[in-house]
Amino acid sequence: MGVASASPSSALAANPPAAPLVQVRDVRKTYLLGETEVHALRGISLRIEGGEFLAIMGASGSGKSTFMNILGCLDRPTSGQYLLEGTDVSGLTKRELAHIRNQKIGFVFQGFNLLGRTTALENTELPMLYSRIARKERESRARDALTLVGLGDRLHHFPSQMSGGQQQRVAIARALVNQPRILLADEPTGNLDSRTSVEVMEIFQKLNASGLTIILVTHEPDIARFTQRQIVFRDGHIRRDDPVSSPLSAGEVLKTMPTIED
Amino acid sequence: MFLLDAFRLAFRALGRNKMRSLLTMLGMIIGVGAVIAVIGIGQGAAAKAQEQLAAMGSNMLFVGSGSVNRYGLNVGGFSTKTLVLADARAIARECPSVSTAAPGVQTGQQVVFANQNWATQVMGTEPQYFEVRNWPFARGTSFSEEDVTQSATVAVLGDTVRKYLFGSANPIGETIRIGTLPFKVVGVLAPKGISAGSNQDQDDVIFAPLTTVQKKLLGQEWLRWIMVSATSRDSSYVAQKQIVSLLRDRHKTRPGAPDDFVVRNMADLADAAAEQGQVMTTLLTIVAGVALLVGGIGIMNIMLVSVTERTREIGVRMAVGATEEDVRRQFLLEAVVLGLIGGTVGIAFGIASSYTVSDLLEWPILIPPYAVAASTLFAIAIALFFGFYPARKASQLNPIEALRYE
Repeated sequence: MGVASASPSSALAANPPAAPLVQVRDVRKTYLLGETEVHALRGISLRIEGGEFLAIMGASGSGKSTFMNILGCLDRPTSGQYLLEGTDVSGLTKRELAHIRNQKIGFVFQGFNLLGRTTALENTELPMLYSRIARKERESRARDALTLVGLGDRLHHFPSQMSGGQQQRVAIARALVNQPRILLADEPTGNLDSRTSVEVMEIFQKLNASGLTIILVTHEPDIARFTQRQIVFRDGHIRRDDPVSSPLSAGEVLKTMPTIED
Repeated sequence: MFLLDAFRLAFRALGRNKMRSLLTMLGMIIGVGAVIAVIGIGQGAAAKAQEQLAAMGSNMLFVGSGSVNRYGLNVGGFSTKTLVLADARAIARECPSVSTAAPGVQTGQQVVFANQNWATQVMGTEPQYFEVRNWPFARGTSFSEEDVTQSATVAVLGDTVRKYLFGSANPIGETIRIGTLPFKVVGVLAPKGISAGSNQDQDDVIFAPLTTVQKKLLGQEWLRWIMVSATSRDSSYVAQKQIVSLLRDRHKTRPGAPDDFVVRNMADLADAAAEQGQVMTTLLTIVAGVALLVGGIGIMNIMLVSVTERTREIGVRMAVGATEEDVRRQFLLEAVVLGLIGGTVGIAFGIASSYTVSDLLEWPILIPPYAVAASTLFAIAIALFFGFYPARKASQLNPIEALRYE
């Protein structure tokens, strides 16, 4: 595979336990739009420890989406270093990046991005199709992941038969099924009503409590208050990087919200 | 990804657009079907022609009396009176590449037995004729050489004539009337079927001694034809040359003047038939190849549409870990499955249509296994070739843009 060096054991051997989960050093990203250069990121340095739950905020054009794509190994920085578990991934080939996305990163999108006319179970199995896991095991792991997000009774439903909140939970199950190091959520509540949004945040908080690192991109301050750390982007720089003084508990908030029958 | 999973994926993707997949496959079905039908019918016809010519005797030569061109008016074949019995004897004696020669005349006659009657050709010839034609007897024997010298009124029946006059009864020893004369039946020939060259029923015939037909039915001295067998198939061309030069010499034809007879070589006919079959097969194969090409372009067209439609899906797959290879293979397999199913259905369709044609035209069908294997491989190759570009296009998509694609 050529990415053996990125496996956790060898990363630990090279960098003693002190190595952070994510270490970004002076990352820049420049696009060429016609003949003008667009500087999307102008030198970002950041350190994220395992187990954190953080929100990346900023107006559109601030560079937060570009940064998200680099963190998710969908894109490579123009310059700078991105160390994931101590391994520099900024110079890897497309093939190696695909493997890292498959094994270490789970994506949750604003528009859910489930495959149509494909059941919840099969949607959840999708990442395992690309990691050569036998069919039986794929199915049992997908079943477990769906049960974890509360959809154990909706295994064979199609996306068109599910509400937005349920679809997003299928997407979360899909992101979890390969046991990633990082869950990247890009505006996961952007298409959901406020109660369903909090329900999704509740799932995230539970997952985080069990040790999963979650990076959330959002422009809603209300949503960011459920996280533990807020990073604000503006014009390709980090403007602010503060811990959330008293994070809200989604479970508590839900109790105060009226139940909507759907 | 496991290959089995990839195949399952391809089948499901195609199953989502059944009508579209079917229409796309139609090009392949028609192309492969045409190839199979063309080969089946063509090879069958060629084999049948060869078989018929071989049954006639591929080392056989036919010498006929020539056409007469008098004052610019051509009165047709078999009209010269210069071909005589002595010519037949000379051919058998003097041409080294000839083994046997049988002289003959023929006349159309009404034949009667009891209350049955039938119009047929009566051939006057000598016993060696059946040897030249390699024509076995179903019952009885040939008339003898003595019958020929004595102009005996004996007859040998072709199978068709036997059927019409006698049905299931045994004709041997019975007396039939040919024209006004009674003839005793001494033999019945085995059925030989339809002739390849002229499409005539070769069994609709009666044979009688040459002299009997010449004197008692026709009142003529000359011959209509001489059937010659060469010593082998290869020597038939040499025999033909020897016969031509011998007869020109005997008929005192001046150099440059046309022959007053015709010589036809069955080996020649067989070769011509085979060559004609080859040309037809080649032409039709080209046409079928063009149909396959059009089918391939259809696959490419639909795959390009599919890649565009499924841009988001490709983005999602890449985000969760599909490599460029995975995506390329997925779309390539879909194209191959289209080609493979199209090819398989096409083969069935081709075989079915060739058998329909064979039933209608009473032609035999010969579909060689290599044609089936080759057209299947060709269908896959075409699908791979035309599927490659769309598959590559899909694999080169940028996942970030693909995920945002509306």
